[in-house]
Amino acid sequence: MTQSFRLESGGFINRDKKISFKFNGKNYYGYEGDTLASALIANGVHLIGRSFKYHRPRGFFGAGVDEPYAIVQLYRNGETEPNIKATEQELFEGLEAKSVNCWPSVNFDVGAINNFLKIFLPAGFYYKTFMWPKSFWYKIYEPFIRRAAGLGTASIKHDKERYEHKYEYCDVLITGSGPSGLASAYSAAKNGAKVILAEDKSRFGGTLLTSEVNIGNQSGKEWADSIISELKEMPNVTVKNRSQVFGYYDHNMLVMSERISDHLPKTKKFHPKQRLWYIRAKEVLISSGSIERPIVFGNNDTPGVMLSSAAKEYMKVYGVLVGKKPLVFTNNDSGYETAIEFKKNGIDPIILDTRKEPQSEIIEEAKNMNINIKNSYVVVAAQGYKKVKSADVAKISDNKEELGSIENIACDCICVSGFWTPTIHLASQSGNKTKFNEDIDAFVPGISKQNEKTLGAANGIYTLEETLKDSFEKGNLLSKKITNNENKISFPNVVEKKSTVHDKFWCVPLPKGKNYKRFLDFQNDVAVSDIEIALKEGYRSIEHVKRYTTLGMATDQGKTSNLNGLQLVSKIENKVVPAVGHTTFRPPYSPVSIGAIVGREVGKHSKPTRKSPMHSWHKKNNAVFVDAGVWLRPRYYKRGEENLFEASKREARNVRTNVGVCDVTTLGKIDIKGPDAAELLNRVYTNAWLKLPVGKARYGVMLREDGIVMDDGTTTRISENHYHMTTTTAQAANVLSHLEYYLQLVWPELNVNVVSTTEQWAGAAIAGPKSREVLKKLFPKSDVSNEGLPFMGYMEADLFGVKAKIYRISFSGELAYEVNVESDNGYFMWEKIIEAGEEFGIQPYGTEALSTLRIEMGHVAGSELDGRTIPYDNSLEGLLSKKKDFIGKRSLSRKAFAAEDRQKIVGVVPLDKKTSIPEGSHLVKDSNAPLPNPKLGYISASCWSVEHDNPFSLAILKDGKNMIGEKLFVMSPLKNKVIPVEIVSSHYVDPKGERVRS
Amino acid sequence: MLHIKCPHCGIRSQNEFSYGGDATVKRPELGKEISDQDWDNFVYNRKSLRGKHWELWQHLSGCRQWIKVQRDTATHEIFKTLKANEEIS
Repeated sequence: MTQSFRLESGGFINRDKKISFKFNGKNYYGYEGDTLASALIANGVHLIGRSFKYHRPRGFFGAGVDEPYAIVQLYRNGETEPNIKATEQELFEGLEAKSVNCWPSVNFDVGAINNFLKIFLPAGFYYKTFMWPKSFWYKIYEPFIRRAAGLGTASIKHDKERYEHKYEYCDVLITGSGPSGLASAYSAAKNGAKVILAEDKSRFGGTLLTSEVNIGNQSGKEWADSIISELKEMPNVTVKNRSQVFGYYDHNMLVMSERISDHLPKTKKFHPKQRLWYIRAKEVLISSGSIERPIVFGNNDTPGVMLSSAAKEYMKVYGVLVGKKPLVFTNNDSGYETAIEFKKNGIDPIILDTRKEPQSEIIEEAKNMNINIKNSYVVVAAQGYKKVKSADVAKISDNKEELGSIENIACDCICVSGFWTPTIHLASQSGNKTKFNEDIDAFVPGISKQNEKTLGAANGIYTLEETLKDSFEKGNLLSKKITNNENKISFPNVVEKKSTVHDKFWCVPLPKGKNYKRFLDFQNDVAVSDIEIALKEGYRSIEHVKRYTTLGMATDQGKTSNLNGLQLVSKIENKVVPAVGHTTFRPPYSPVSIGAIVGREVGKHSKPTRKSPMHSWHKKNNAVFVDAGVWLRPRYYKRGEENLFEASKREARNVRTNVGVCDVTTLGKIDIKGPDAAELLNRVYTNAWLKLPVGKARYGVMLREDGIVMDDGTTTRISENHYHMTTTTAQAANVLSHLEYYLQLVWPELNVNVVSTTEQWAGAAIAGPKSREVLKKLFPKSDVSNEGLPFMGYMEADLFGVKAKIYRISFSGELAYEVNVESDNGYFMWEKIIEAGEEFGIQPYGTEALSTLRIEMGHVAGSELDGRTIPYDNSLEGLLSKKKDFIGKRSLSRKAFAAEDRQKIVGVVPLDKKTSIPEGSHLVKDSNAPLPNPKLGYISASCWSVEHDNPFSLAILKDGKNMIGEKLFVMSPLKNKVIPVEIVSSHYVDPKGERVRS
Repeated sequence: MLHIKCPHCGIRSQNEFSYGGDATVKRPELGKEISDQDWDNFVYNRKSLRGKHWELWQHLSGCRQWIKVQRDTATHEIFKTLKANEEIS
């Protein structure tokens, strides 16, 4: 294909570098510096997709972020991405794109039948039609709508690209590098402020790239280039292109997405695809410019109808003609600039100006160039289906209500200008109360809530000289406040053509007998008639009208449609626009990829992974790991072809008969020191702590103030004023915060310090009847006999030259010891234990065996202490001191907590002694009772009892105290199981607790 | 994301802190008789005010100190921060 719409010269593209690309399977080429849109237009391609609802042909409407139509599915380096605006996507070698929302092809689209049914698809159509019968929704309506509608397909593959997050601070953040952004950045930078200048597009300069102005004897572009290159040299300035500040959040934090690799065929090695910047700025200068708005007329969505500023941008930046027989339809002077640009490139445009006799320098220039200007003329309707072929035009009366006779003018594009709408999104997001400016028929920022100021066109200032003056001054003033430094800049001489006032006209009336669709929102196919219906049906609030009609929704968020929508509502409602108000601007300004938002925190990287010092030993010995909070713990150690069930049974049985060793490093550990340490424990735990002797450990339960069990664990008195507390793995961080809360806020008079030592100690639990024999070999110099180290005793000992702490505590219910050494010695300790235990048949055991051992002992853990149970429920009421007060004690006397038939922990055994009981199952009296079957309790934990060789579960059961011996049913609708069971004591093994003391 | 001035460390981002509820609630003294109503007010009943509110935050990933923050619950404006031992004025 030849680029038949490419100008011989001009534009800022690199004509020496051809780039080939594919669109809908066809090969084309463009130049380096093109966007996908400019390259397609250069090749004469104007049919890009189909519209959302009616599947009408769609072309290009804009040249940037405001684009409602040209959304494509992009293919890059073996990946695909939906919702890419062709007007923003820079061309790269090998780029592939496809149309969306059309089937089987963009040229022949079956869904276009909707266009002929459009009378049946008015506002709220889906709400009204697909409501009944209700059962149809999931099976018929929804799948149908989802297939027919939609903008592209998300990849279901894992995204291999890297996305990064960055936190940055600056004095002044400037969003946009047009005249106001450059001027303010320059003066702020000269005052020594730390400046970040962000530009959404690849080229800096904004409107300076396309306007015929002169600043300090340079063209707009030359001036922009010189300012940018000077800024880039300054160490206090960060200049970023392809970077869009899309959200203004609380406390002056803004978020910017930087597209680092999207314009390249492939992301460079070690580079991210995109980077998300969290910028905390002292001051924010919003220089986001303005977006041209369309004039509404019949069939104004036909490909070839586009914003006049976009047509100019394609010519000036890309050297591309959007058409060779252009019609410019305008209510202000901007259309003239586009017409003049056409003329300069040898194309004869026709201008239709809605104004009667406008006069200005720009208009004068157009007249001098012999451009055909028709005053008081409007486009009534565009004609042509896949591309504009002609326009029906007519004279319009002075009151703008009567149309003259219709004339038809042949044309291949209609460039529309309905004046300019300031881009106030960021200002509005910051909490700024926007106000309506009558002079420009648009909202502008009003009173600031945060440290933000809006400059230039974004603030409704449309002349260059005023913009530059104001921006230089604001940049100077704000930065001076921060740096106490002022470097006055001499203001450059500015030459620009003067323009005159615009016409408030924005919507062409329908000619008699014609019912053209006049679109307001091009992305969502919202026409004037839809808004009329919504209002007729009683929708009043603009927020409701938006949601009912979808005006201003989806990827362009109504950048070209919102204001005309408001004008229409205000006209029908006979209100002024500010009384209607605008819908809320919410971040993001423009779509941001999910990858950028997620950043590096994907999969395993979403949390840190913590490993014990013995991790590598476990790995070498075939441990299968499980996530326990952020820790990786061995679940079981696989031998041969064993599965989880077999291995955990073997390991648990070995603890009951010989000796096992378990890595308990993950237990939370808190060091508590100070003269009032015992008093703190006495208040935090439910049992008595003041008389615990040095060298002794005690089991304790702590409650929340509402009486619910928070955590349990043992605490050991190391010396007079020094305690070592252990917590469950899961609650370690919460318990520390809990203690800090009471020490800092509630009882600051207590002289105690607490600090987490979880990572300082490596722990190994040696459990089983032969554990003492192992200990004797490990600590030959210490007396570890039952007298020397009794149950709940503590001693410090020497482990082959390494300092060790031995706690005689037991979770497994067997004779057991927990040995702690400093983390660095953990591996050494573990190897020594394995070595010493070999002759006694020691085996390492994982969390699965650990669970089995504690369940059959009736020891509670996280599945019982689940934030819903009080001590009584866990049979821990014996630990509640009657003599003293403690955290949460008062709550326990509340009625429900003291109820006679209060739930309590019990054991559950299946009658057939074979069927395993799924955790989470319900306990019911009658398995055949009608639903909802009253639930008596639930299974909290299940295991295969190695002691009894049958399944055993723990359950929290209503009136559990009186239920021992009852026969109930376990029901698991999820697993479709009904199991007859018997309720037994929760202490299924060694109910008297003799083993731990042996 | 809020910017909170820790009285010990200076201004830090919200993600270093965790929220801790109403700072004006006083825990009843240990061992003292208290009515069900008063106890419920301490444990459960909160006003959920719109506007200026004294609340607790802990500088979890910083100095680990609990601090008192006066914040507008509607606008997120933070007026004042105090150390745990400083009285709300």
